[in-house]
Amino acid sequence: MAILEVIVQAMMLGGLYALFAAGLALVFGVMRIVNLAHGDFIVMAGFLALLVIWAVPVHPFVSLLIVIPAMAAIGYVLQRGLLNRIVGADPMAPLLVTFGLSILIQNALLQAFSGDTRKLQGGAIETSSMSIGGTSVGHYPILVFVVAVGVIWGLQTLFYKTRLGYVLRATSDDAQTVRLMGVDNRHVYAVASALAFAVISVAGVLMAVRTNFDPTLGPARLLTAFEVVIIGGLGSFWGALIGGMVLGLAQAIGARIDPGIQMLVGHIVFLFVLLVRPNGLWPKVGH
Amino acid sequence: MTTAIEISRSRNFIDWPGIVGPVLATLLFGVVAGLIDLRLAADMLIYLTLAQLWNLLSGYAGLVSVGQQAFVGLGGYTFYYVAVGLGAPVLVAVACGGVAGLLAASVGSIFIFRLKGAYFAIGTWVVAEICRLTVSITPQLGGGSGASLPVSVVKALGATRGMRDMSFLIIAFMLAVVTVSSIVLLLRSRYGIALIAIRDSERAAEALGVDSLKIKRCVYIGAAFATALIGSLIFLMKLRMTPDAAFSVLDWTAYVLFIVVIGGSGRLEGPFIGTIVFFVLRAFFAAFGPLYLVILGAVAVLVMLFAPAGIWGLITKHTGWEIFPVRRRKP
Amino acid sequence: MSNSLLSLAGVNVFYGEFQALFDLSFDVRVGECVALVGSNGAGKSTLLKAIAGLMSPRSGTVSLRGDSIGGIGAETVVKKGVALVPEGRRLFPSLTVEENLLMGAQAKRGGPWSLERIYQLFPNIAERRRNLGGALSGGQQQMVAIGRALMTNPDLLLCDEISLGLAPVVVRELYERLATIRAEGMAVVIVEQDIGQASKVATKLYCLRSGRVVLEGSPASLSRQQITEAYFGLETTAHGHP
Repeated sequence: MAILEVIVQAMMLGGLYALFAAGLALVFGVMRIVNLAHGDFIVMAGFLALLVIWAVPVHPFVSLLIVIPAMAAIGYVLQRGLLNRIVGADPMAPLLVTFGLSILIQNALLQAFSGDTRKLQGGAIETSSMSIGGTSVGHYPILVFVVAVGVIWGLQTLFYKTRLGYVLRATSDDAQTVRLMGVDNRHVYAVASALAFAVISVAGVLMAVRTNFDPTLGPARLLTAFEVVIIGGLGSFWGALIGGMVLGLAQAIGARIDPGIQMLVGHIVFLFVLLVRPNGLWPKVGH
Repeated sequence: MTTAIEISRSRNFIDWPGIVGPVLATLLFGVVAGLIDLRLAADMLIYLTLAQLWNLLSGYAGLVSVGQQAFVGLGGYTFYYVAVGLGAPVLVAVACGGVAGLLAASVGSIFIFRLKGAYFAIGTWVVAEICRLTVSITPQLGGGSGASLPVSVVKALGATRGMRDMSFLIIAFMLAVVTVSSIVLLLRSRYGIALIAIRDSERAAEALGVDSLKIKRCVYIGAAFATALIGSLIFLMKLRMTPDAAFSVLDWTAYVLFIVVIGGSGRLEGPFIGTIVFFVLRAFFAAFGPLYLVILGAVAVLVMLFAPAGIWGLITKHTGWEIFPVRRRKP
Repeated sequence: MSNSLLSLAGVNVFYGEFQALFDLSFDVRVGECVALVGSNGAGKSTLLKAIAGLMSPRSGTVSLRGDSIGGIGAETVVKKGVALVPEGRRLFPSLTVEENLLMGAQAKRGGPWSLERIYQLFPNIAERRRNLGGALSGGQQQMVAIGRALMTNPDLLLCDEISLGLAPVVVRELYERLATIRAEGMAVVIVEQDIGQASKVATKLYCLRSGRVVLEGSPASLSRQQITEAYFGLETTAHGHP
């Protein structure tokens, strides 16, 4: 059934895109900066997983045990060492620095791994499927979707129901006043970054198992994450899921009509939402 | 006791003498480069112009765009269609390229000016992507595999290679001089003061009656027009364009960004220095492949962190020189 | 002196090239209540920020119980026992009242102040503990701000213009609470534009003008006229005309 296939495709794309967006939204929410190298870090996670698997032949999902902490550490150091210097009133500096970083990472990956496309081997789960109403529905799309919902739920809970959550929100509200409570805002920013990088790792590996990837695919991921955040609404994790689903659905339908216009349909839907609902479909609600 | 109060009104006078310096500098720049190689000179003037435009957008209008490649590509492809598809004369086709950029920016700005800061920047990139994708699925423009300019079109500018290179250089000169002059005149006019006011504090400027959105949009659209004209020239020189090359983020944004950052943002002198530095680095290191870009990226990051005002900013800080002053001073 | 808690000597503070405090000396003893008065721009908030570690003096010493705290960051100063209730309250708007108070506990200093005690001290806010910080009246916000600072269990509480924008009855209530807080032995510095209120509660008063101390002493020993003159910088004749 064509509709079911489209929905399944939308769930997979939507889940993946929601994960791309969640990391971006987290960093922007706490630190008010957008990391233009966001997409390149997603790709980097894929390559990191590749390295781990070359060293120890394990399933890509198992490699996450190393990739997640490694990426989180990279995120912490990057924020603390580099990006903390440019958090502040001037919006241009973070843009230019992270853009330079994006070029740097893409080409460092190119230099190290060459431009060949790669793919992580996920084994049976990539193609296994179940039958629903006579149509075969892949397990992988469902898995991606479930993981995305889980991660978003986790972030939401973390932010609104835990101590780290209110410290993050307070730092986002007023970084100077949190210092009056003994909280080192530079450390909090770095923790937020580490958290975002952990999410990026999961997204990167899930992507790398499903599709071919190469060092130059970063910018496309950034644009996707950005469109999801705008469609879903700034400041809300569930918004990232909704935005992801909307974009995923648009692209799935586009791909169905003609694979060549998949991305274009997504962009057009994005522009439409921007025009009609500039604050997104699910803007920040609070608790 | 009262003192006499003098009231004077400012006319929107056009500061023609102000363009002498920048124009001379541009001519000098191009001539010296031209002594080395005509094509190189045209190339350098092209990047100088793109950098001045990007500098105007980001340093003065506060609009950081990472999507200027949209207009380069649109200009180039429109030029191709008008020159080849419609058979129009070369210079007419170039002008049409510019108009295409102007129209695209007018439409695009309706959407992306709803975004601010970093999100605006990415929005410009999305617009560029939409342009690239649209072109690559349009068979009349050669689709994904690209389009070639018949040599007959180019021969109109000169029978020999050398004469053509000279024509390209002259066109590049004209574009550079007109662009730099326009920027100077704008910055030294009433609107220039408005721009600087907006840059300092948009809210305060608006409270004084400055329509910041309109001014920014006009600057954005004007820059798009000029960028698209450059795009036409680029296609003319390269003879062959693919969507990926025409809308390349690396060639038309990353390199330009590098030039502005290294040279010094927010000042007219910066792009001159930045362009020279960029071409020198290219001459020495481009052979290294990806490593060259790693170096460029790293240099850009380090300059932004430790010398955010660029090379010219450092010079100005230590010497107070200003070759092309754009600020008004008390006489 | 053995019961000296906070001591500033020769402190100069700059905002960029603009000097806000000139060669300033300032002392607070254990358990004392010191009032800091002066008109807008006199440097009162700057002085509190310099003590709290939000600003660094360019020269001079800031000592807490003999240890120098000048130039160390605010997050460390809090851990040493100095808490600032900032000008304008600056509650975290995305956090509930309770979360705002819990932020104070991040300083991880032991002591008598806990959520329960804060709620006892300020029953108004206890009933609003789940409200967002921004959704309270001015007086309630001030109470939360004070409570939040108390949660860090300080030895010295700095209060920057807590009566600003509040109705007199609310201000009276705040100062009553302050008396309760002081009864525990806490030293308090209050910045006040209301000289009368300041004189009532303080045991020592400093008047700042243009970044300098122009008058200091106990309120009992200073006449209202002396304080007013120092505040406004007027030299008055016997008839009180400039």
